[in-house]
Amino acid sequence: MARVGLGAALAVLSACGQADFSEQEKRAIASLSLSALGELPHDPSNRFADNPHAAAFGETLFFDTGMSANGAVACATCHLPERQFQDDLALAEGVGTTHRRTMPLANAAYSPWQFWDGRKDSLWSQALDPIEDAAEHGFDRAAVAHRVVAHHREAYEAIFGPLPDLSTVPAHGSPRGNPGAQDAWRRLQEDERYAVDRLYANVGKALDAFQRTIRHQPTRFDRFADAVSAGQEPAGEAALTALETEGLRLFIGKANCIDCHNGPRFTDDHFHNTGVPPVPGLPEDRGRAGIIEKLLADPFNCLGAFSDADEAECGELRFMVTASPELERAFKTPSLRGAASRPPYMHSGQIATLEAVIDHYSEAPKPVSGISQISPVIFTDRGRLALIAFLKTLDDDLSDP
Amino acid sequence: MLRWILGGAALLVVAVVGFMAWRMMAPPPADLDLSRERPTEAGIYQVQIAPQIGPVVQGALHSWVATVRLADGSPVEDAQVTIDGGMPQHGHGLPTAPQATGHQGEGRYLIEGVRFNMGGWWELTLDISSPAGEDSVTFNLVIE
Repeated sequence: MARVGLGAALAVLSACGQADFSEQEKRAIASLSLSALGELPHDPSNRFADNPHAAAFGETLFFDTGMSANGAVACATCHLPERQFQDDLALAEGVGTTHRRTMPLANAAYSPWQFWDGRKDSLWSQALDPIEDAAEHGFDRAAVAHRVVAHHREAYEAIFGPLPDLSTVPAHGSPRGNPGAQDAWRRLQEDERYAVDRLYANVGKALDAFQRTIRHQPTRFDRFADAVSAGQEPAGEAALTALETEGLRLFIGKANCIDCHNGPRFTDDHFHNTGVPPVPGLPEDRGRAGIIEKLLADPFNCLGAFSDADEAECGELRFMVTASPELERAFKTPSLRGAASRPPYMHSGQIATLEAVIDHYSEAPKPVSGISQISPVIFTDRGRLALIAFLKTLDDDLSDP
Repeated sequence: MLRWILGGAALLVVAVVGFMAWRMMAPPPADLDLSRERPTEAGIYQVQIAPQIGPVVQGALHSWVATVRLADGSPVEDAQVTIDGGMPQHGHGLPTAPQATGHQGEGRYLIEGVRFNMGGWWELTLDISSPAGEDSVTFNLVIE
């Protein structure tokens, strides 16, 4: 009897909350639904992006531990498929320990910029960075080329055409590798370097094609939002509790979360300094400000020799901000879909819990450098609970109406 | 019972007690001039802006066309146009660095690389330089 009474009370509260949404709130709610997400954007820089054979080859490469210094690290080592393609660690562990938190991969292909600092302008170019990073795969592009020749010839050639002759290319070589690999790279002829780079770019393009298939799934919030948009009373698996609805109101209203966490992916794909403190012991991390020159000079960017795009199709790179105090310690807004079940938070896993994240935004601490873009917001204990309850509706593993 | 429930609902509405972020929360001023055609500050030019393909959507990289005329209505064909802007209520600039990439004739200049990554009040400032002089104009845009 008491349970029925409580259930009825929650239902009334819930109904009151939804009926009260203003037209502006309804538009905001609709804008966050996965139903508002457009088609996956065409990637003109990778003409194999939507090739299913490339995606299948990319999936094989994603799990290939042979592309690492110790033979034990694959993309999937940090991007665990059963864990939203991330690893639950503050700092990713490849052949060594990195300086950053692993990002989840769902719908990453929608973003014009990859990594926390956006140092790559496509998923295919992104995929090439960890393979040669000393703390991640610790490998090099010449070794990748030899591995493709030895283990993936058939799959590669079916998509990209004949493999180059690598008989004169040493086992290891890269402009980024250890001194020995760099020396070997310098001694290669220009056409040999080009052949290796082109093969390496194609490995990235296959990995891109696979990662484009990793998508967000609708959650209870999406069912709720779609019902509200349709003018229906959200019921059953579409209903939110009073506390969750209250959190949603804060999210799209007074707490300003939606300023940056906007759209169906809950991100504006841009870079913001939010005063997240550095991790003691790690090298200085300037975020977006630290990578602009590297991005512009990257041979694997949209304007580079291995891109399939015309200059006119590289608008993101051509019109990016290259100098501004706002870039200092600015990091990409992460999606909040599934975030409730993947602590720790921030670019180097600095904050352990959602409660502590909300404390961070409440206090809006002064950054060690640059200009913070957040202002303090004071929450009641109930407001904190409500926001967290709402965030859990973006994660069906945690969603418990 | 029902009164108790409604009372509880009223309390929920005031769950957040105070905000120092009043500036960011504030809606755009009610009297904001949203006109897409305006004279420059010193009155040298009359400038009209229009999105190349409307409507303007939050998040998408897109282009505008700015039409620059002298006060007498004659088109300005040899202007240098630079673009700046931002969100006055947030205190930050544009997320991209738009550029005027070409004169299309009759005083029409293509402005590429514009993005509005947030909803709210944005300013778009055009600095115009030609033999007629240097002048600037700021347009207000409200993005949903």
